[in-house]
Amino acid sequence: MTTSAQTKSQQVQPKPGEPAVATPDVADALSRPARSLWRDAWSRLLHNKAAVAGAIVILFFMFVAIFAPVLAPHNPLELNSGKGFLPPMWVERSSTGKAGVPEFILGTDNLGRDVLSRVIYGARVSMVVGFIPTIIIVFIGVSMGLVAGYWGGATDNLLMRLTDIVYAFPDLLFFIIVMTALRATALGQFLNGLFLLFVALALVNWVGVARLVRGQVLTLKERDFVLASQAVGASHFRIMVRHILPNSLSVIIVAMAFLIPGAIITEAILGYLGLGLRPSTDPADIFITSWGSMLLEGQTAINNQPWILLAPAISVALVVLSFNFLGDGLRDALDPRLRE
Amino acid sequence: MTRYIFRRLLQAIPTLIGVSILSFILVNAAPGDPVTMRTFGDTRMTEEARQILRRQLGLDQHPIVQYFVWMTGLSVQRGDQVAVMTRPGKPCGYVGGIGVTVCDGGGGILRGDLGVSLDTKQPVWDRIVERMAATLELGIVSLALSLLIGVPLGVLSAVKHGSLFDNLVRFFAVVFRAVPIFWMGLLLIFVFSVMLGWLPTGGRQTVSLTQTFNLGDRLRHLILPASVLAFGGIAGFSRIMRTETLEVLHTDYIRTAQAKGLSPGNVWFVHAFRNALIPLMTVMGPAVVGVLGGAVVVETIFAWPGMGRLTVNAAFQQDYPVVLGAGMFFAVLTIIGYTLSDIFYAVVDPRVRFD
Repeated sequence: MTTSAQTKSQQVQPKPGEPAVATPDVADALSRPARSLWRDAWSRLLHNKAAVAGAIVILFFMFVAIFAPVLAPHNPLELNSGKGFLPPMWVERSSTGKAGVPEFILGTDNLGRDVLSRVIYGARVSMVVGFIPTIIIVFIGVSMGLVAGYWGGATDNLLMRLTDIVYAFPDLLFFIIVMTALRATALGQFLNGLFLLFVALALVNWVGVARLVRGQVLTLKERDFVLASQAVGASHFRIMVRHILPNSLSVIIVAMAFLIPGAIITEAILGYLGLGLRPSTDPADIFITSWGSMLLEGQTAINNQPWILLAPAISVALVVLSFNFLGDGLRDALDPRLRE
Repeated sequence: MTRYIFRRLLQAIPTLIGVSILSFILVNAAPGDPVTMRTFGDTRMTEEARQILRRQLGLDQHPIVQYFVWMTGLSVQRGDQVAVMTRPGKPCGYVGGIGVTVCDGGGGILRGDLGVSLDTKQPVWDRIVERMAATLELGIVSLALSLLIGVPLGVLSAVKHGSLFDNLVRFFAVVFRAVPIFWMGLLLIFVFSVMLGWLPTGGRQTVSLTQTFNLGDRLRHLILPASVLAFGGIAGFSRIMRTETLEVLHTDYIRTAQAKGLSPGNVWFVHAFRNALIPLMTVMGPAVVGVLGGAVVVETIFAWPGMGRLTVNAAFQQDYPVVLGAGMFFAVLTIIGYTLSDIFYAVVDPRVRFD
């Protein structure tokens, strides 16, 4: 690219005595093809090893979640009587005096259910809990933030007060109160309790996104391009959606990358407290067990079969770390000024 | 300054009212009621007896009335009931204009009374105060740990920036910031309590008949929960201190200090460190709030008898007054934390104006 531009510019070197006027085609040859912000960010992201590794791990777990029925070596609900608390296959003698068998790679739980298969099915819940509430949160948060930041006044005031209220409460306490209070209602039974978890996550987290977007809008709406579109008669809606929103997208994307692991952690801890997904016994269910519920089962059986605890714990940590690395990478890629 | 603080305090009022309404709605949204839950297995208890109990607890009234009573301690009855309702310590009056009897049963959140626990019949305040010491102990120790470890790590990693040490510190800061507290807790319990058997899995002291105070025993119980709670703080503080120290090290006055021949130690720890500390002060408020939130998690995992565990257990047992009272208490602490940090910010940085 550079070499061809050089040769071309050398060809049209002005002869001595002639004025050095650049003809249009020279200017074209000298300028590089336009690179959009997104293309730049993409290439920066690809150069960030931690972010790429994170993305690969996330894709792996998404693959596992989608193809769980194919990948799981056993039915995660199948009870193998007499084969409870088997250690992982590489252990020759566990604390209960049993030897691992290759049939159950990570061993079995107290009812003889295959730990590996349950971890594989658990990935479904974590992925769904990570993505679905985040989509709802971003949708509500962005619309509220745009409106509050753009119009200001009473809407803005209301939003700020709402944020104060939600921030004044420790998150976990809020989740626990919502989950204990509404667990027995129809809402709490829907999708084995997953739906209520979505609602709780959305209720707490949308305000953070709204506040973030509001801050962006407040600075962006003073910029000249907004003034310019106002001058040519663009509607308020158009200015918000076509001019301000695209300019806040990078902030929103980074926020999403950190919301997802937050939601996964919340599910895990609520599951651990016995407030998350209700473990299912119905093979027709898509969501059979979650990593959080397994952590709870694992802690009670910590002496007999530590892998019931370790396998979901390692999975949660891997997924959460990966999302954080990806989030850090996205932030650096989308706004190089923020790079440390 | 005084005006600014006053205004911040005024702003806290609608927030607290909002918190009280929100938590009241949530708690009341639960199907079933605490009376049924507590007497479900009691076959001798008739439905009428339950009804009387509900009445005594005020649970038979409309939620809006219940909220009003909970907030003000005033109860309202239709018509002129002064003669029936008045009891010693419960003065009543008839408000002719709207035709209701208002009785002052004492208490109410607005008078600082959080009500009585359904389970232990103790005042909620007493239960909170009783648990406060444990939460404070955990919180203060973990904050001290995070400052004592996080700050020197951050400064050293800025001074030696680009070195292996710096990279290690940064790597662990990212990991510890990302890894959930409860995950860390489970891991440490697994390693130090289950595998190695060095430390207890939970509690604040070994349960014994005498329950005498034993410092060694207390410390052994404190190590794991306090470290778990400190990890996030260590990561956060070291990050901030690294960034700030790096920034300060590039300023003119540091160059001047170096030029006039001060020793590197003197330059780093007397000149650079003090200036880098300013931003740290401003994050202390959110850090305290973070420790409070984290304490809810850590106390639950380690069976630490603090406020967080009290509230979580009360939520499980539908002990409404405790949930609501402790929730309000958390909210007040959080608001104080944020307000103090804003005020501090304005004090240490004169460029921040109080308006």
